[in-house]
Amino acid sequence: MSTGTLAEPVIELIGGRKTYQTGALSFEALRGVDLRVEAGEYVAVIGPSGSGKSTLMHVLGCLDVLTQGTYRLTGHDVGELDEVDLAMVRNTQIGFVFQQFHLLTSLSAVQNVELPLAYRGIGRAERRALAVEALERVGLGDRLENRPGQLSGGQQQRVAFARALVGDPAMILADEPTGNLDSTSTEEVLGLLDELHAAGRTILLITHEADVAARAARVVRVLDGLIQEDAR
Amino acid sequence: MTWAETFLTGWQAIRTHVTRSLLTVLGILIGIAAVILTVGLGLGTQQDVSAQISSLGSNLLIVTPGSTTSSAGMRGGFGSATTLTVADSQAMASPVVAPDVDAVAAQRTSSQSLTAGDANWTTTLVGTTESWADVRSRTVLQGRFLTDEDETSQATNIVLGTETATELFGTTFAVGRTVTISGTEYTVVGVLASAGSSTEDNLDDTAIIPLSTMLNSIVGGTGRTAVSTVYVKATSTDTISAAQQQVTALLLNLHGITNADDADFTVSSQDALVDTATGVYQTLTVLLTGIAALSLLVGGIGVMNIMLVSVTERTREIGLRKALGAPPGAIRRQFLMEASILGLVGGIVGAALGIVAATVLPGLIGSSIVVSPVAVVGSIAVALAIGLVFGVYPAVRAARLAPIDALRSQ
Repeated sequence: MSTGTLAEPVIELIGGRKTYQTGALSFEALRGVDLRVEAGEYVAVIGPSGSGKSTLMHVLGCLDVLTQGTYRLTGHDVGELDEVDLAMVRNTQIGFVFQQFHLLTSLSAVQNVELPLAYRGIGRAERRALAVEALERVGLGDRLENRPGQLSGGQQQRVAFARALVGDPAMILADEPTGNLDSTSTEEVLGLLDELHAAGRTILLITHEADVAARAARVVRVLDGLIQEDAR
Repeated sequence: MTWAETFLTGWQAIRTHVTRSLLTVLGILIGIAAVILTVGLGLGTQQDVSAQISSLGSNLLIVTPGSTTSSAGMRGGFGSATTLTVADSQAMASPVVAPDVDAVAAQRTSSQSLTAGDANWTTTLVGTTESWADVRSRTVLQGRFLTDEDETSQATNIVLGTETATELFGTTFAVGRTVTISGTEYTVVGVLASAGSSTEDNLDDTAIIPLSTMLNSIVGGTGRTAVSTVYVKATSTDTISAAQQQVTALLLNLHGITNADDADFTVSSQDALVDTATGVYQTLTVLLTGIAALSLLVGGIGVMNIMLVSVTERTREIGLRKALGAPPGAIRRQFLMEASILGLVGGIVGAALGIVAATVLPGLIGSSIVVSPVAVVGSIAVALAIGLVFGVYPAVRAARLAPIDALRSQ
């Protein structure tokens, strides 16, 4: 899949519905969501827990598929794709950052960052060079060989950002990236997001904290599976 | 991800849980070592038995009284009958009737107590003729063997085995000394060279006197014409079966038997004896190897069990790898690789352990263990295959995990 042209929106979600079926009970997590995000936008999705923002993030991250509706990522309909193609889309188009960092503890910082490139089949030397570059960009050029356990929370999250950036994705999908961090580290991470936005990256930030969302140029408020407000 | 990287990832995962991995490997390790040992023990025993039979002499036929067939009629039990006589053995030696027979040695054995001064030793006393040394491929260390003259004159001459000589005289220099058997004095005329056999049938613990002396002085009575075994040496390896036919035909004729099934004697070749003896051990080996293989199966189930635990434990890791773009195939390969490494390590360490045990054990149990390269390579391959086969189910389970469920798990 190629990166879309400038005219093409990164995200185009039309009438997105997601229903979870648990035995006889069914629960509608998304009840018809329309969302359009252009390249270079910095969007915060905010909502209380249970609002459907996590489901929305999973759908946008191609970790889950819609029950109904259409989702086009950089112009390509991902509803048609099988598991192998979805893995490829996640690998090339999306850079994930999670609340719990999700770094592999047995690997060094640079090995963690290399991981998405390894699955893309990029050779060892090139992979390492790109990973080192990404870690330098987030200010961890001197921590390449440290294991996650030897890094502070803020540093671990920056490693996660380096891993999200290394594959040059169409968008960064950050799910509560500051949820597990103290105020200093939070400021560090938010500053990094600002820099990335300034550098032209498309960023989707999911959070339940209003002051974190306030850093974004556009705030999308989700409640009960619907978009309540879309403020630019 | 290349195979080398998948291997490294698997190796790293195994090293993260050293104790658990070692315990898992233990099951396979023990199974492989057991298979190598049982196969080796079976081969070793077969080799021992054929060596023992070969040590009787070369191109040898063994004629024993009694029949091994079980058709109707009265017949003495195998080996206990008295139907084989000195006259039979003399007839077999005739170059006209049995041209492919090179030499014949009849023998009569009896367990006897030998006395020399204060020393007393019980051994197998053999009564036989001059040709025995040739037929049984034995030579003398000192003095001479028995002669035809000893036979005709019923001489009270005796030839001792090295061990018997040492027990009686404290030395193998025994020629000229005197041995007493049942009140009769015998003169030692020779000492046999050691046969160097390590088998339980000690060829160096024996005493040999002329057959005529044996039958008349020691055995006596009505049994004095019967011999216990006739060793027949064929002219060459190629004529063994011809010699066997000639001897059989001759004895049937002499004993007035028309139907070969009714024969009151048995002619067996060395090959037949080896085949019979090793056949038993072969069956035993197969059985024991089967049992050892069962422990491999148990080891394989252990691998599967631990791999399933590993998949459950690493659900989050699997989820993350999938989120980063690992296709299901890559996850499957990763877990298959881990299981295979466990199997392979178990196989290699087990084979090493088996080889060490095969070197140490023979000294303790007194039986040879032959480690065949085929068994070693084969069992390592089997161990690898076990890891692979029992790793399939856990690997498929890991590959099927939905990334969001996997990421959510704590």
